[in-house]
Amino acid sequence: MYFKMFWTFFKIGAFTIGGGYAMIPLIQEEVVEKNGWLETDEFMDILAIAEVTPGPVAVNTSTYVGYKLKGIKGSLICTLGTILPSFLIILSIVTFLWQYRQNQVIDKIFLGIRPAVAALIFSAVYKLGKSMKLNWSKIAIAAVTVLLIEGINISPIYIILVAALGSIGYFKFKEKNI
Amino acid sequence: MTNLLKLFISFLKIGGFSFGGGYAMLPLIEKEIIDVHGWMTSSEFIDILAIVEMTPGPIAINSATFIGYKVAGVVGSLVATLAVVLPSIVIILIIAHFLGKFKNSPYVEWAFRGIRPVVLGLILSASIGVSKNAFIDFKSVLIGGILFYFISFKKLHPILAIVIAGTIGALVY
Repeated sequence: MYFKMFWTFFKIGAFTIGGGYAMIPLIQEEVVEKNGWLETDEFMDILAIAEVTPGPVAVNTSTYVGYKLKGIKGSLICTLGTILPSFLIILSIVTFLWQYRQNQVIDKIFLGIRPAVAALIFSAVYKLGKSMKLNWSKIAIAAVTVLLIEGINISPIYIILVAALGSIGYFKFKEKNI
Repeated sequence: MTNLLKLFISFLKIGGFSFGGGYAMLPLIEKEIIDVHGWMTSSEFIDILAIVEMTPGPIAINSATFIGYKVAGVVGSLVATLAVVLPSIVIILIIAHFLGKFKNSPYVEWAFRGIRPVVLGLILSASIGVSKNAFIDFKSVLIGGILFYFISFKKLHPILAIVIAGTIGALVY
């Protein structure tokens, strides 16, 4: 089990280019769909927590999943799995490959990879939206979030805090009026 | 020794105060590494960003490993990488511990019901951001569109999608 956890997050760490949200599709595939370690709702909650806490999303997720599965030892193993590939790759680049940085083939490969990364993230939105059972109010909240981020570049932290407080207020009010 | 200690404290700060992950960390890294400690020049920092963009893994960890190595060799890269992840690990462990306890509180459930659609919006806006750099011509739109179809409806594995896309990129550009 420990090895499976380590190996899963090692793969996640090794194949997510671009960092941050680019990691979500792969984490979702491995953790929610393939291994069933988290429910979709739980996965969304971790993303929210990762958003309001400091640090890389992948590290936050691996720590949480590891803790949930096998306590503190599990969280350390998963987190180590996530960071080890980047660590080793960067170390070998800085020691051996730094001199080849202006390479045309590498440029071309990345011209192809970038649209794939965009496609991956769009598909994560599609899959998450589908399993969330979207209704009009959820779509409206998501749309307002996009507009706020794209339009006035507000920090996600504020949007999450307002949504949490607003939602608590709404349900509290609803409960009182039954 | 003092250099290692400075490296550790610098990256502890970077790990502890950068919310949102990814690109949100860059301004803080830049300030600590260039302005405060003078460990590298602006142009060296830009070169590092280019490499970090092209390699897998979280940007903060890649930068920490890279800068740590430049400042103090392999030991430096270990110290910086450890320091940058330490705050997240501690904070998430605390949250995971208490979240289990309050899981049945209606307030926690209500809060998350409001937050989930926001997270969906955040990811959508991230994909819009990535699209601006990714879709530069007709070929890239085609690659993205076809891959979206296979990932969403035919269960194409993300890793395979990236390998295929890289190969196509090398062939068609």
